[in-house]
Amino acid sequence: MHLMYFTEQPMSAYPEAAGRDFGATALMFSNRHFDPVEGSRLYNQYIEHYKLAEDVGFDGIMLNEHHNAPFCMQAKCNVFASILAAITTRVKIVLLGNPLPLADNPVRLAEELAMIDMVSKGRLVSGFVRGGGQEQLATGVNPAFNRERFEEAHELIVRAWTQPGPFRWEGNHYQHRVVNPWAVPLQKPHPRIWIPGVLSKETIIWAARQRYPYIALSTAIDATKKIWELYDSVAAETGYAGGPANRGYLQRCHVAETEEKALANARQFMWMQGEFTGLAHPVWSSPSGYFSPSNRRAFVEFAVGRRANPRAAAFEDQLRDQQIIAGTPKTVLPRLRRLLEETRPSIVGFWASDGFVSNEDTMTSIRLLGQEVLPAVREMGKELGLLSPFEADAPVSIKYPERQTPRAEAAMPQAAVR
Amino acid sequence: MTEAPWTRESVDVAGQPLPFMRAGAGDPLLVLSHDVGSLPSLPFYDLLARQYTVYVPSHPGYDGSARPEWLRSVRDVAIIYQWFLAERGLTGVSLVGLGFGGWIAAEMAAMAPAAFRRLVLVGAMGIRPDSGEILDQALVSYLDYARAGFADPKVFERLYGSEPPTSQLEQWDLNREMTFRIAWKPYMYSPTLPHLLGGVRAPALVAWGRQDRIVPLECGERYAKALPRARLVVVEDAGHFVEMEQPEALGKLVAEFAATS
Repeated sequence: MHLMYFTEQPMSAYPEAAGRDFGATALMFSNRHFDPVEGSRLYNQYIEHYKLAEDVGFDGIMLNEHHNAPFCMQAKCNVFASILAAITTRVKIVLLGNPLPLADNPVRLAEELAMIDMVSKGRLVSGFVRGGGQEQLATGVNPAFNRERFEEAHELIVRAWTQPGPFRWEGNHYQHRVVNPWAVPLQKPHPRIWIPGVLSKETIIWAARQRYPYIALSTAIDATKKIWELYDSVAAETGYAGGPANRGYLQRCHVAETEEKALANARQFMWMQGEFTGLAHPVWSSPSGYFSPSNRRAFVEFAVGRRANPRAAAFEDQLRDQQIIAGTPKTVLPRLRRLLEETRPSIVGFWASDGFVSNEDTMTSIRLLGQEVLPAVREMGKELGLLSPFEADAPVSIKYPERQTPRAEAAMPQAAVR
Repeated sequence: MTEAPWTRESVDVAGQPLPFMRAGAGDPLLVLSHDVGSLPSLPFYDLLARQYTVYVPSHPGYDGSARPEWLRSVRDVAIIYQWFLAERGLTGVSLVGLGFGGWIAAEMAAMAPAAFRRLVLVGAMGIRPDSGEILDQALVSYLDYARAGFADPKVFERLYGSEPPTSQLEQWDLNREMTFRIAWKPYMYSPTLPHLLGGVRAPALVAWGRQDRIVPLECGERYAKALPRARLVVVEDAGHFVEMEQPEALGKLVAEFAATS
């Protein structure tokens, strides 16, 4: 198994009442409520959490990015990836991921990621995302071409990583006279690419066609099973068998010394009024052209308030469906076992706390996870045959079916190859 | 007076059918609609059809018209309409551009400065305001955007209903997606257009709703300045959708303009 630590990096020092008064906590919620003194304190606190996560035995640290909202302070995941490349020694740095359509220059992204891979001595996992709807608006990127830009930027980056330059790129959305970055990834043929997502079928199908692991982000168990049915059927059509090495899951899981404390802190997973990206107008989170045409009818009704938010479930429902797990190490293990047995992922991200959970309780949660939960989960993984892409030595993609041969194997600490 | 019947036709332009409505008799007049599309019939269109042969096309990718995947700019749309006129053999055409359609009409006049008989721009997009902003529909719902176009909310309700059907919402979403595809950035204007309007020979009527909350009146002032033979008229008790809110007043203005130019 590959077990990762994750936090949204909540900006948990903003005036909640101001968000309620404004009626939104995303995109247009004014950054005059962002206090950089608190921001500085929190960023440094999150760095301590990442260091602790490596110390207590996590295999990877998962990073992401969002814009214009307190639910996530990380505006550029490559910044934290660079920091982690230098201050950690063992953990994989798992970006889930860079929002490709937001990039006007994907070659620049390819360079940054290659630098991170080299500085970290080959520990980068470079996930890619489409970015939320609000991200498109926050960065002025056309939502109607989101998927086209995603696919074209991906193709360009992989080519920049794998094909010696200089070459010219004349695409529909990107044109580059000279692609010839003097920074190429250490890992060959290129760093692993994992694709996280929530709902969009198109993304699941696309990931399965590339043979990229798909990371389901806190979906309910039944929905997760449907994701794997779809992924596996596309894998079979594509000519390979899907399985645990293609499956990842992000689990909200808060662990404390007592059941009561764990439950109280787990309520903070709802701190953005139940919608983890914050309160927002539906047309901000799903601008026209951004979402699947097949969902158009349901969406337009939601957008004018005629249909309930399909994504907002109550805390109790999320506990019941195991989208949120909370307890002592002893009580969370049977539930994690159920997740592993029923959905068979080999990659599991532990989203350990959120919102206003204190620094002390967050540190405790990370420590308890590392010392008491992860070893037991690893045993379950062995018993259930849940081999991670690293353990299974799975191909990085459909394009590169042969075994990965890192150019500088010596540079990689053995412990990293878990 | 009984109104002329409207026929629904289509011609192939740029590889795809371009649907349009036609009615009336007289000199040809092309009406270019808003970014929200058009209702299937409007009293204003009937008024125009008393004097002209009126053509009301659905913009490519709007209101059920097939989406040309390659279309990237409002100037592309303007060229499609030049092609449409050539296909129909129409000359001496007058243009009436409503809001977003006003931008298309202005582009058409700029690219063929001697081709048109008269130009009527109503609350036209296409020019960047100096101080205000063109309302960004990306930040508001379909209903709120359409409502913002009316000075009197009751007129919206009368035309669209107090609860427009889901099919209307879907059409607004499709139209909005098409608008994003061709006018996302810069949003709803061309930085070069004001420099290209000086050659337009046709007399121009620039009409603006006093309570236009979508395109500021100063854009009308800039159009009137950039077009050599233009006159700006402000219509009272009207928002952005002047033709829906004050059809009689706007129809009268167009008729007077035609009689004196």
